[in-house]
Amino acid sequence: MYRSGYVLRRVAFAVVTIYIIATLNFLLFRVLPGSAVTRISRIPNASPELKAAVIHQFGLDKPLWEQYWIYLGQLLHGNMGISYVNQQPVTDNLWTAFTNTIPMVAIGTILALVIGIAVGVLSAVRRGTASDHIGTNLAVLFYAFPTQFLGMMILIFAAGVLPVAGMSDAFELDPSTWGHLLDVGKHMILPVLTLTLTLFAENALIVRSSMLETLGEDYILTARAKGLPRRRIIRAYALRNAMLPTITLIALSLGSIVTGAILIEIIFSWPGIGRALYSAVLSRDYPMLQGGFLVITVTVIVFNLAADLLYAKLDPRIRA
Amino acid sequence: MSTILNTTPAPEVPPTGATGASGASGPTGFRYVLHEIMRQRSTTVGLVIVGLLLLSAIASPLISPYSVTVSSCGVFDPPSAAHWLGCDGAGLDVLSLVLHGGGVSMIVGLSATLIAMTVGASVGVLSGYFGGWVDVLLMRITDYFLVVPQIVLMIVIAAVWGPSLFHVVVVIGALMWTGTARVIRAQVMSIRERVYVRRVAGLGASHGRIIFRHILPQVGPLLVANAVIAITVAVFDETALAFLGLSDPDAVTWGTIMEHAFDRAATSAGAWWAIAPAGLAVAFFIVGCYLVGRSIEDALNPRLRVSYLSAHSWRLRPLVGKKPEAI
Repeated sequence: MYRSGYVLRRVAFAVVTIYIIATLNFLLFRVLPGSAVTRISRIPNASPELKAAVIHQFGLDKPLWEQYWIYLGQLLHGNMGISYVNQQPVTDNLWTAFTNTIPMVAIGTILALVIGIAVGVLSAVRRGTASDHIGTNLAVLFYAFPTQFLGMMILIFAAGVLPVAGMSDAFELDPSTWGHLLDVGKHMILPVLTLTLTLFAENALIVRSSMLETLGEDYILTARAKGLPRRRIIRAYALRNAMLPTITLIALSLGSIVTGAILIEIIFSWPGIGRALYSAVLSRDYPMLQGGFLVITVTVIVFNLAADLLYAKLDPRIRA
Repeated sequence: MSTILNTTPAPEVPPTGATGASGASGPTGFRYVLHEIMRQRSTTVGLVIVGLLLLSAIASPLISPYSVTVSSCGVFDPPSAAHWLGCDGAGLDVLSLVLHGGGVSMIVGLSATLIAMTVGASVGVLSGYFGGWVDVLLMRITDYFLVVPQIVLMIVIAAVWGPSLFHVVVVIGALMWTGTARVIRAQVMSIRERVYVRRVAGLGASHGRIIFRHILPQVGPLLVANAVIAITVAVFDETALAFLGLSDPDAVTWGTIMEHAFDRAATSAGAWWAIAPAGLAVAFFIVGCYLVGRSIEDALNPRLRVSYLSAHSWRLRPLVGKKPEAI
């Protein structure tokens, strides 16, 4: 059972953070040099009348606080503006992209977690042996590879064997749901592989050092003195306690998941939210950029909140 | 690379009476830590890797075989005797590019890290030393920064601000300090309560003197360990931002080399040689820094040296005596 105070505080923190991010999102585009106002009329020799008309059309001639008020109100109604590029509501664009990203990232993250924990525990328990050296050195190597390098190498060497671009084949002959899913799954193999390879390393290193620290605790010595079998000590005593700090650290690594996902979506032309952000940057499509930033950030904040609550559920000491 | 990451268990207890450069004793004493760091093989390997990369970057005007602005071969020519690492999409020699790019990449990483360490150490020391409302305020701000996915914020700021190397440095540095601030704060909070600090305070030393003379030297090694790891993050982030076209398009860095290759469709041409050298250079640099940073951290954290359940100790744990006659 939770102490309601703790949950309330965490939820309040998340809500305040989202509010601050929304405000930052509003301010960034108006305060920084080269802001929306100067870039909005991207016609080089636009007449002053045209510029004024564009500024008026987007409501940028209103006072700042009034713009802010309108922005917040519209945001609460799920309106994030109209994309400059395809003249569609940003919310619709992002929703499609978001649903494309989630399965890819979810599968990659879960695989990376499973492999990372396995490698980390194995290296910690067999510290100093060959399997430790192989495990940790591999992990450090993959930790060091830039995502785009790994992605492009996989793309080049897997081209022709597996689909390397997009999410589905436009000329797919099997019209059934299963045929479509199979096709998407095939397209997903390489992006997921890249994401898993870049993420498992960090997890493995975190789990390894957390396990090592736990294995040095006195209760492990006590458990050994009681003559408990090794397997039981590792599972019931060490791993359980080692997972606690691991959850926090992995929640904090959500940022690197996002980074990886963005780069991978660009490389494999995956029509997800990272790619949407990228094309927004390229075409200076500010509404899409703003919306993408907000959606990604809010997602990360929500997952962080979930990790916090999970942590409190697993570790009773934290609920005070 | 077989035993690089194995921090061999060191049974000896830190000499309790040893006086470090700062006059402090215990496991964080400066000389003891330095000794511990240099004892580890990973330090040597890491320093050699970073040193070689630094040397080649400094000597790049002398040793790079071709110009990095004038094309010297065909588009995506594969590696040959004349061009060891082949050519990129603009007919530039990849070896020369990677040698040149190293310097800029490392300077970007180092400058961003300097900014991040300055901010992080200031926040951490102020927060840990003064406590109270200063601590609450600063840590609240840190929490907000910590939860926001940094690369996305970097993308937005760099996109609105305009692509330039300077902007990349500032953006990375300004967003990367949170972890450092937290680690330093925790350390400062424990140092603040030590007897000698309380004594100095009792003798009437000012806050400034206590912080600069007694606390900063104590958190120094930790700050260095953090900085070394932070450089890897900064270099990594630079390549990511460059890949999104947010770095200076004319600058040659490890990040822009990969970006240009991708931009000119090296992936469909199968020209792995235009991408791999820069990517591997980044990876080597990161591994080198990581090894050094880790061994500093290990030296600072004696808890990791004990493991009651390591494979070696499992069968015969020498409670008394040396290995053969152990009980």
